[in-house]
Amino acid sequence: MSGYAAVFSARFRMLLQYRAAALAGFGTQLFWGLIRVMIFEAFFASSSHAQPMRLDETITYIWLGQALFALLPFRTDPDVSQMIRTGSVAYELVRPVDLYGFWYARAVADRVAPTVLRAIPMMIVAWLFLGLRPPASWECGVAWGIATVGAVLMSGAITALMTISLLWTMAGDGIARLMPTIVLFFSGMLVPLVFLPASFQPIVDALPFRDIIDVPFRIYMGHLPPSQWPALLAQEGIWLAVLIGLGRWFLSRSMRRLVVQGG
Amino acid sequence: MAEPIWNRFADAVRLYAQYSGVSLRAQMQYKFSFFIMSLAQLLATATEFLGIWALFGRFGSLKGWTLAEVGLFYGLIGVTFAIADALARGFDTFSELVKSGDFDRILLRPRSTALQISARDLLLTRVGRLVQGIAVLGWAIHSLPVLWTLPKLALIAAVIAGGVALFYGIFVLQATLSFWTIETLEIMNVVTYGSTEAGQYPLTIYRPWFRAFFTFVVPVASINVIPANLLLDRIGTSGWPAICAWSSPLVGFIFLAASLQLWRCGVGKYTSTGS
Amino acid sequence: MPQILVENLVKTFRIAERQPGIGGAIKGLVSRRYRTVKALDGISFSLEAGELVGYIGPNGAGKSTTVKALSGILVPDSGKCVVLGHVPWKDRQAYVAQIGVVFGQRTQLWWDLPVVESFDLLRAIYRVPQPQYAAKRDELIALLNLEPLLDVPVRQLSLGQRMRCDLAAALIHSPSLLFLDEPTIGLDAVSKLAVRDFVRRLNRDDGVTVILTTHDMDDIEALCSRLIVIGGGHILSDGTLDDLRNRVARQRWLILDLAQAGVVVEDPDITVIAQDGSRVTLAFDPAMVPPAALISRITAKYEVQDLFVQNPPIETIIARLYGEAQ
Repeated sequence: MSGYAAVFSARFRMLLQYRAAALAGFGTQLFWGLIRVMIFEAFFASSSHAQPMRLDETITYIWLGQALFALLPFRTDPDVSQMIRTGSVAYELVRPVDLYGFWYARAVADRVAPTVLRAIPMMIVAWLFLGLRPPASWECGVAWGIATVGAVLMSGAITALMTISLLWTMAGDGIARLMPTIVLFFSGMLVPLVFLPASFQPIVDALPFRDIIDVPFRIYMGHLPPSQWPALLAQEGIWLAVLIGLGRWFLSRSMRRLVVQGG
Repeated sequence: MAEPIWNRFADAVRLYAQYSGVSLRAQMQYKFSFFIMSLAQLLATATEFLGIWALFGRFGSLKGWTLAEVGLFYGLIGVTFAIADALARGFDTFSELVKSGDFDRILLRPRSTALQISARDLLLTRVGRLVQGIAVLGWAIHSLPVLWTLPKLALIAAVIAGGVALFYGIFVLQATLSFWTIETLEIMNVVTYGSTEAGQYPLTIYRPWFRAFFTFVVPVASINVIPANLLLDRIGTSGWPAICAWSSPLVGFIFLAASLQLWRCGVGKYTSTGS
Repeated sequence: MPQILVENLVKTFRIAERQPGIGGAIKGLVSRRYRTVKALDGISFSLEAGELVGYIGPNGAGKSTTVKALSGILVPDSGKCVVLGHVPWKDRQAYVAQIGVVFGQRTQLWWDLPVVESFDLLRAIYRVPQPQYAAKRDELIALLNLEPLLDVPVRQLSLGQRMRCDLAAALIHSPSLLFLDEPTIGLDAVSKLAVRDFVRRLNRDDGVTVILTTHDMDDIEALCSRLIVIGGGHILSDGTLDDLRNRVARQRWLILDLAQAGVVVEDPDITVIAQDGSRVTLAFDPAMVPPAALISRITAKYEVQDLFVQNPPIETIIARLYGEAQ
């Protein structure tokens, strides 16, 4: 266990150094958030129908999204993809360590470090000036915290899977490039999932991506009552197991392929 | 120079074409990568519009604008930005040239610096975004209950041209900043991509200060509400008279001309303070 | 009228000073402190067409600043400069069409393209008419042995191959003036000879004026009839190699191979420079003691198996010149 913790903390500390880059992104996120808020304000002003989410809730959702944007599994592990490109990944693959574990720890660190740097200032500013509301209740707040941990684990698993898919060059490149769009849409980052048509709901509910953004945020707002939490947790657990299992399996197949080919 | 201006222009175009040919051939070597990236862009922009469609499904209208009308705005800016992004790649990556000192080499060649930079790179992969923009624009034009006269279609073409000039000018401005600071200012990224995001919708839906910025500082309005009001037969409901609508594409060109002037100042500063 | 006329060129740079630590970095955002560096402090010289001049000096002496000003990419603070009838930084496009520049450490070729495509692009940039271009290109390919390299992407070339291609590239448009900045740096011995050979021929047969900046003294010795030494923004010396030698120190070296090792050589007119086993290097002033007399004295006193007389290497001369300037 200590090995993974070491990998995680090393990566985390390294990423924390990129303070300048993190702070620079702040302006961009602020701008994006403002545009989204204005667009929704305009939409809400145009209709008197009841909507699946109130305006103030939507605004909270948007700012939480901007704060936690870095959680999304957009990028593969840059060091590993470099290794794959140069071919030196072969050395990694034949080492007698739990490579998946290490790559997973790195993936998680890659998501957590930039998030921590960006989320706190953004949430403070959004709370003070931009309409971010506190959680619906303290139970919701705690549940949100736990859900966010789950989001991190889920995002890490997806990132790891994307990185591993790079070992299969053509298909992997394709997956790595198309994934961000799929993630953006099905996580609820582009549009809160409740606003999608009713026909979409079964699909988005079945997929794991909503566990990264949509589900935690709705727990925060109190939209998802405690009665639903066990079922959500179970589904998330199943998906995590599936994704991690898939990741491990693909990785071991790569290793075997390499050994057979002679390394 | 005694050379007639037409000859110089043709000469510049020839050089530009030669550079572009080189750039395109280099990119076509990576066929699969090109295909995948274009597909990814297409998918990304398609889901974007899917989101807008979904929201219209819930809310019905956006401050009086219909989905088809928003489609016009979205398509216009999508097409415009895709073309500008592909053409202005050289300026987009200009700060690398300054950092590496390779700009000196540009100065040592007997051609305008702007021409050399602009010809440097032609990014093919923007085609994904371009295709999606054309699709949405085409759909919007088809669905809108508007009589599409020839002058109106000509105005659309002019608006696209003006928009390309506008975005090109923004890229030039971004590059010019590299003469004064090595740090890539996040502000400029916000202006470039932010203008694209903001311009997808009619500017009237935003708060007044936001609208003012994109009308008078970075005149996105000239490729957004000002001509659109005329195209959608909404003249009279907004404050801009028809003559503004017809001449709005010019704004982009004026912006580009101003940016190129600033570029020349930047080059002057570079040559007097060294790298 | 000389081809190149430089009078009293002055250039001062303002360099922002970085203040240490985080507090300094924050302070630096608000108010910057500047340090002024006088790179050129009144440089003057003139060159006739067809000269091959070495332009040398320690790092930071002002070499690259001078070259940048002469090639039109840097505007000096004051002074007069006329090259090929132009003020370099004033008519940039018209002027640079007549010069060629080779930087030893940066290539001007397009990294991913085959060499010949770079040449084609340069033809278009410099507006060289097709027949002239074809003739010149083929001539350069033959002279520099570039035939096997033409279809190779530049990134795959070795340093020596790349330098030869860069030389050709700089001459596609037949300039009458060529600036060479460290052209032999990092090259193997064979490539160095090829480059020197080419430059010598270019200057001698085609009359191309060449300004060579280098730290390699072998380049200087092989190529330059005239040497301009710059240090601390001033011209320290301008003349032939022999002028330089005479100016700094009239010194010759006498190298002895003695029969036995460890012998101490003594004589009032000599200084021992080095002793390595049985090889002793002595310095003497030929004006004070005629070489023949010194040799007969030494050989009478010590058992000498072999000897040679030579000029001290230029490095020592130059080093002394820099030292004097300090």
